[in-house]
Amino acid sequence: MSQRVTTVVIGAGHAGLAASHFLSERSIDHIVLERGRIANTWRRERWDSLRLLTPNWLNRLPGHAYGGPDPDGYMTAGQVADFIGDYATVTAAPVRENTTVTSVRRTDGGYQVCTDEGDLDCVTVVIASGACNAPVVPECAAGVPDGITQLTPFEYRNPGSLPDGGVLVVGASATGVQLAAEVRRSGRPVVLSVGEHVRLPRTYRGRDVLWWMDATGVWAQSYDEIEDLARARRLPSPQLVGEPGTTIDLNALTGLGVEPVGRLAVIRDGAALFSGGLRNVCSLADLKMRRLLAGFDEWAGIGDGPAGFEPTRIPAAPRLRLDLRGGEIATIIWATGFRPDYRWLDVPVVDEKGRLRHDGGVVDSPGLYALGLPVLRRRRSTLLHGIEDDARFVARHLAERLTPRVVA
Amino acid sequence: MTTTDNGVNVQALLDAREALKGAPEAAQFTWRATSTWKNGVHSTTTIQNFFGLGQEQSHKTKTEFTADHPEIFAAEDNGITPIEYLLVGLAGCLTAGVASVAQNRGIQLRSVTSTVEGNHDIRGILGADSDVRNGFNDVKVTFTIDADASREEIEALVAQSQKRSAVYDALTNPTSVTVEVA
Ligand SMILES: Cc1cc2nc3c(=O)[nH]c(=O)nc-3n(C[C@H](O)[C@H](O)[C@H](O)COP(=O)(O)OP(=O)(O)OC[C@H]3O[C@@H](n4cnc5c(N)ncnc54)[C@H](O)[C@@H]3O)c2cc1C
Repeated sequence: MSQRVTTVVIGAGHAGLAASHFLSERSIDHIVLERGRIANTWRRERWDSLRLLTPNWLNRLPGHAYGGPDPDGYMTAGQVADFIGDYATVTAAPVRENTTVTSVRRTDGGYQVCTDEGDLDCVTVVIASGACNAPVVPECAAGVPDGITQLTPFEYRNPGSLPDGGVLVVGASATGVQLAAEVRRSGRPVVLSVGEHVRLPRTYRGRDVLWWMDATGVWAQSYDEIEDLARARRLPSPQLVGEPGTTIDLNALTGLGVEPVGRLAVIRDGAALFSGGLRNVCSLADLKMRRLLAGFDEWAGIGDGPAGFEPTRIPAAPRLRLDLRGGEIATIIWATGFRPDYRWLDVPVVDEKGRLRHDGGVVDSPGLYALGLPVLRRRRSTLLHGIEDDARFVARHLAERLTPRVVA
Repeated sequence: MTTTDNGVNVQALLDAREALKGAPEAAQFTWRATSTWKNGVHSTTTIQNFFGLGQEQSHKTKTEFTADHPEIFAAEDNGITPIEYLLVGLAGCLTAGVASVAQNRGIQLRSVTSTVEGNHDIRGILGADSDVRNGFNDVKVTFTIDADASREEIEALVAQSQKRSAVYDALTNPTSVTVEVA
C-alpha cells in the first residue's frame, strides 16, 4: 500500500527545506524525503577547508537569518550543516531522513514516488535534489596513465591525503583555485589548467564583492530578462574563497608558485596537451571583471573608474604539454564542475544534456516543480539567500494548481 | 640502379640541415600574411615576404587568397572558407613531405593524389551548443600513390611525411596564439 500525501519534496538541503516552509505556511500537507541526513551534501560532499563564498550576513533563509557573532565571516561546511539543521528544526519540517527516492513516475492523479523505504502517491512533487550530485570529469581522463592518482572534489579532503609529488588541477573556478592554492601551500608543485573563468576580487572599494552583487541588483536579475539564459545557467563559479580579504585570482596563485597552463585539450600518448589560448581566456576574464566593477561604480555614482587591478599575468610561454609518465605529476584533481543526477526520474523532462526542462521552476509535466538549479528564477537562485523568492513562487504556483481539486 | 627524380633537391635540404645545426639563429623563420576585410565575411589575405636565414626574404610573386563563406551561410562565396585553407595547408605539406621522403629513399613517384576531409560540427561556431568545439572534430587524409615501391614502403613514406610535417604538427598539437589590437 502506498502512503498518500499531497506534495512530496525530494531533498532536504536548504532548497527543499525552504519549499517545506512555504508549503507549511499554506497548510499544504507534504513530506520531505532525504537519502542521507538533513544538509547531507554539506556533511559528506565537501573538502575539509571549504567555507562558503557568501558572507554570513547574506546567508538568510526564509524566516531564518544568521544570528552569530561574525556577520562578515564565512561558514565552514559544518557550520552550514548546522545552520540548515537549525532551520529544519525551527520550521518543524516534516523530513524523513535516510530515505532514497528510487523512482518518480506519472499516475492518473499525479505522481508515484518510490523509495527504498516504501512508496508514496502524491499530487505534486518538488525536486530539490541539488544541482551538484556528481562531479563532471572530461572524457579525456580515460587517457591518464596508470599510477596517477585521480580525485574529484567529492573525494578530495585535504593535501595531507595526497601522495607526494606534483599535482595537476584541472579547472580554475572556485573549486579549482581553492584546491590549487591549498595544495601548493602544502609544498607540492601545482600546475593549474585554466579554461574560461570568472575573475573577481574578494573586496572592492572596501566591501565584499558579493555585497556589491547584492546591493546593485545584479543577482536579482530575473531569468526571463537574461539575454542568453543557457549561458547564464552554465556560468562557472567565481574565483573566490571564503577568507576575509583574500583574493584568489590567477595573479594570487602564480604568486604562490602555481603554474597556469591553458585548457586541457586532450591526453595523448601519456601527455596532457593544453590549449594555446590561455592568454585569451585571461583577457576575457579581465575584461568582464572590469565591466562588472565599472557597473558597480556607475550604480554608486563613482566616476574615477575601477582602479588597482592588474591584468592577469601569464608566463611568457605557458607549457603546452605535460608528460604524465615522467614522474612530475603524481595526482590529478578534476575540478571540472558538477552535474545533477536524475536517473531516478521516470518522467520525460530531462534534456539530452541531462538537465531538467523547466520554466522558472515549473517543470514540463503538470504538478512537477524544481528548486535549487542555476538561475532557476534569478541569478542568485543557487545561493542560500536566493532560495526565498524561488520557493515562494513555486509554492504559490503549486497551491494554485491544487486549488481546483480542493474546490471540487 | 636508375636514378630517382621526384624533382626534390634532397641534397640541398640535407646540406641545410647540416648548416643550421650549428646556426640555430638562422633557422628562425617568421611566416607572414596580411589580411584586409572587404565586406561581410569576405576578406583577402596576401603573402609575399617572410623572414629567415637571418634576413628578410621574399617569394618570387605576391599571392592573394580570398576567403569568404558559401551561399548556404548567407554569404557571397567569393572564395573558400577560412577553415578550408587549413585543408590546403595540410595537403600541401604532407604531399611535399611524401615527395621529399620518397626522393631521399630512392622511390620514384608516378602520381600522388590525396583527399583531405575535415569533419566540422558547426553548432560550435554558431554558439548553438557550448559542448561542441569550434574547430574540426577530426581530419582524414587519404593518399593514393603510384610509385615503384611496395605498399609497406608507401605507408612508411606517408608516416614519415606526417612525422616531419609543419602543418600536421600545427593542427595536432596546441600552439600559443596571441591576438592583439595594434
Ligand atoms: C563544492 C561546492 C561549493 C559550494 N559553495 C557554495 C557557497 O559557498 N555558497 C553558496 O551559496 N552555494 C554554494 N554551493 C552551491 C549550492 O548552494 C549548494 O550546492 C547547495 O548545497 C545547494 O542546495 P540544494 O538544497 O539545492 O541542494 P543540496 O544541498 O545538494 O541538497 C539536495 C539534497 O537532496 C538529497 N537527494 C538527492 N537525490 C536524492 C534522492 N534520489 N532521494 C532522496 N534524497 C536525495 C541529497 O542527499 C541532498 O541532501 C556550492 C556547491 C558545491 C558543490
